Amino acid sequence: MRIIIEKGRLLDPANKLDGKQDLFIADGKIVGINKRPDGFESDLQIDAQDKVVLPGLVDLCARLREPGYAYKGTFQSECQAANSSGITSICCPPDTKPVIDTTAVVDLIHQRTRDAKRSNVYPLAALTLGLKGEHLAEMDTLRRAGCIGVSNGLAPIESTEVLRRAFEYAHSCGLTVFFFAEDYSLKNNGVVHEGPVSTRLGLPGIPETAETVALSRALLLVEQTQVKAHFCRLSSARSVSMIAAAQELGLPVTADVAICNLHLTEMDIADYNSDCHLIPPLRNERDRKGLIEGINKGIIAAVCSDHQPHDADAKATPFSQTEAGASTIEHLLPLMLHLVNRNEIKLEQAIAVLSSQPANILGVDKGTLAIGSDADICILDLETSNSVDKELLLSAGKNTPFKGWELPGQVTHTLYNGNVVFNKN
Amino acid sequence: MTGNKIQLDKNGNLKHFLTTEGLSQALLQNILDRAESFASVGERAVKKVPLLRGKTIANLFFEPSTRTRTTFELAAKRLSADILNLNISTSATSKGETLSDTLHTLEAMHCDMFVVRHANSGAAHYIATQVAPHISVINAGDGRHAHPTQAMLDMFTIRRHKKTFENLRVAIVGDILHSRVARSEIHALSTLGVLETRIIAPQTLIPKDVENLGVQVFHDMDEGLNGVDVVMMLRLQKERMRGALLPSENEYFQRYGLTSKRLEKAKSDVIVMHPGPINRGVEIASDVADGERSVILQQVSHGIAVRMAVMAMTMGRSPEDSGEVS
Repeated sequence: MRIIIEKGRLLDPANKLDGKQDLFIADGKIVGINKRPDGFESDLQIDAQDKVVLPGLVDLCARLREPGYAYKGTFQSECQAANSSGITSICCPPDTKPVIDTTAVVDLIHQRTRDAKRSNVYPLAALTLGLKGEHLAEMDTLRRAGCIGVSNGLAPIESTEVLRRAFEYAHSCGLTVFFFAEDYSLKNNGVVHEGPVSTRLGLPGIPETAETVALSRALLLVEQTQVKAHFCRLSSARSVSMIAAAQELGLPVTADVAICNLHLTEMDIADYNSDCHLIPPLRNERDRKGLIEGINKGIIAAVCSDHQPHDADAKATPFSQTEAGASTIEHLLPLMLHLVNRNEIKLEQAIAVLSSQPANILGVDKGTLAIGSDADICILDLETSNSVDKELLLSAGKNTPFKGWELPGQVTHTLYNGNVVFNKN
Repeated sequence: MTGNKIQLDKNGNLKHFLTTEGLSQALLQNILDRAESFASVGERAVKKVPLLRGKTIANLFFEPSTRTRTTFELAAKRLSADILNLNISTSATSKGETLSDTLHTLEAMHCDMFVVRHANSGAAHYIATQVAPHISVINAGDGRHAHPTQAMLDMFTIRRHKKTFENLRVAIVGDILHSRVARSEIHALSTLGVLETRIIAPQTLIPKDVENLGVQVFHDMDEGLNGVDVVMMLRLQKERMRGALLPSENEYFQRYGLTSKRLEKAKSDVIVMHPGPINRGVEIASDVADGERSVILQQVSHGIAVRMAVMAMTMGRSPEDSGEVS
C-alpha cells in the first residue's frame, strides 16, 4: 500500500519540523517528505489541505481492560476509541486480571494486539508478584516476552526494603520502573483530595503528603540504586518541584501527568459527581497550574489519558463506593488543544508531550515523522470543534467527566503501520 | 451554593431534604415554624393529624440506628402515614442486588417517601437522583456528610431557648472530622445568622480547611467555651481510640470533657446540647448532662416535631391542607 498525504502542515516536534509538505508512505513506512521518492506511485491520496499532519500519538497509560474486565471494554473497542483521537501507541499498566506477572498474560496481550490491528500496545510487567509488594516478579523473563518496563500499578509497596530491592533488580535488568507515588497509610481509604471539598462533602480525604511522602522515599531510592524511574500521574505542584530538584541533581527521572488533572480540580466534584472520582485525586487550582508549569518547563515530559473505561454499575452507587477512573482516551488530543487555545501550552509543546517525549520514555522509535520510521500518523483538522456527548463515545466506558464540554480539533484520519484505521468521513 | 438545586422543586419548595447547606434562611425558619405548630400534637390525647393519610413512607436504614429511626417512625405515624421499616445490611446489598435495584423494588411498592440512613457520604443525594419524580428523599444521616433533621431539631431547641440566632456564640465540641451532625449544624447556624460558630477539638479530629465553612477553630477547651451561649457536644465513638486519633478516653475527658467547672467559662444562661446517645465521663460529666443547663432530653422530643415538619413540607402539604394545630 502506497499512500501520499498531500499539502498538509507537517508538525513533528522530534525533528523540529513544521511546514506544509507532502508525506509519502510505502509498505508501512514513511519513505519521503516533500520530495516524491523515485518511481513512487500512490494507491491512495489523502488531501490534508488546511490540516495538520502529526506523528501517531503515544499514550503512556490506558487500560484496555483485557484480560479480566472485558465487560468494561475490549482491545477492539478501546483501540478504536484511541484511533479516533490519533493515538497509535498505548502503554498498559500490569493491573489486569490476571496481573501481568507471567509470560502467558504477555502473550495474550500480544495476541489481542495482533487481532485488533489498530495500535502498538506496550505492556508493563509487574514489579512484584501479583502486585502484592512482597516478592519480585520475573522481570527479565517478562522483558524478554515483550514488556517494556516494570510497574506496580496503583498497588502499594509498603516495605521500603522490598522497594529498594525491586529498584536494584530492575536496574540490573536495564528496565525502567514506572512508579505511581502514593503512600498507602496516608491515603487511608481516601477518595478525594483532602481539602475544602472533602470537608464539605464529608468524603475521606487523600492528603497531598500521600503523594509527596511516597515520592520522596522513591526518589531517595532512585538516587541510591540509580534505576531509571518514570513517575506516573503526578497530581500536586509540590511533586513537580521535587521532580525538578531530582532532575537537577542528575537523577535518571522523568514524569507524566494525566489529562484530567490539567483541566479539573476538586471543585468539579460538585455534589458527588462520581465521574470525577479519580486516582490520583483532582487537587486544587494551584496544583493544576503547577502541573501545567511543569510541562512548560520540561519537567513533566508526557501527558497520558489514564483511560479507565467503566461499566455503568461501577459508577452507579454512592461516591466513595464507585470505582475510580475516567474514560478519556478519545479526548486526550482535543483536551490538549483546549489548553493550547487557552494559551496555557504552546501547540508544539502539546504535541511533543503526546508523541516524541512519551516515546522516548518508553524507549521506542515512535512519535516521529522521520523517514524510515513506521507510518503511524494522525491528520488533524484544527478548525472543527465538537461537544462531548456520552452517547457518542466509541469507548465502551461512558464515564467521562467532560460531558457537554466544547473541545477543539477533529482527527480526520489515523494511520497505523501505513493502514488507515480511522477515517472521519 | 450547590445542594439546593436538587432539594427544591421548580417553585422553590422543599422536595428532598438532604443537607442544610445552600437552603435559604427563610426556608430554615419555615421548617422551625412548622415544627412549632406540630410540637403540641404530641402533648394531646389523640396524637395524630391526618396530613399524610394514605401515604407510604419507607425507612431505609443501611446502617443500624434505633433512636433516629424511631423518631422518624413516630413522626410518620403522627402524620397518619403508613410506615415501612427496612433494615438493609450491607451484606444483603452485596449479594448482587445494587442500591438502584433496591430502590426500584420499593418504588414498585408505591412508596412516596424514602427516609435514608447510609454509611457513605452522598448516599441520600445519590438516591434522590435515582428515584421517580413523585418520591421525596429525607436524609437521616449519610456517612460524615449530613444529618439535616438532627441539625434542625438542634436549631429548634436553640430558638426555643434563645428566641433569635443573631447574637449567639455557639461552640461545637468533639469529633468534627467524622461528624455529619457537626457539618449540618455548621451550615444551619451560619444560614440562620449566628454571631460566631466555634469548633473545639484536637487537630486529629478537625477536617482540613474547615475554616472555609465559616467557623473558628479552637484546640483549647477553656478558650473555646469563653462567653458562649450554646455548647453542642458530639458523641465520641469508641473506635477513635483504636487508631492514632486519640490516646485514651481518660485523656480526652481531661482535655475536652464538659465539666461544670469548664462550663463556668460560658455565659451564665448557656444551654448544653448533645445529639445522644451520651458517653458519660467521656465527653460529658454526668452532673452537666443531668444539670439545669442541659436541654438534651428536650432535643429528643423536638426531634419528632421537626421530622413531622420536614415530612409534611417535602410531601407538599401546607398547614391549610387539614387539621393541623394552629
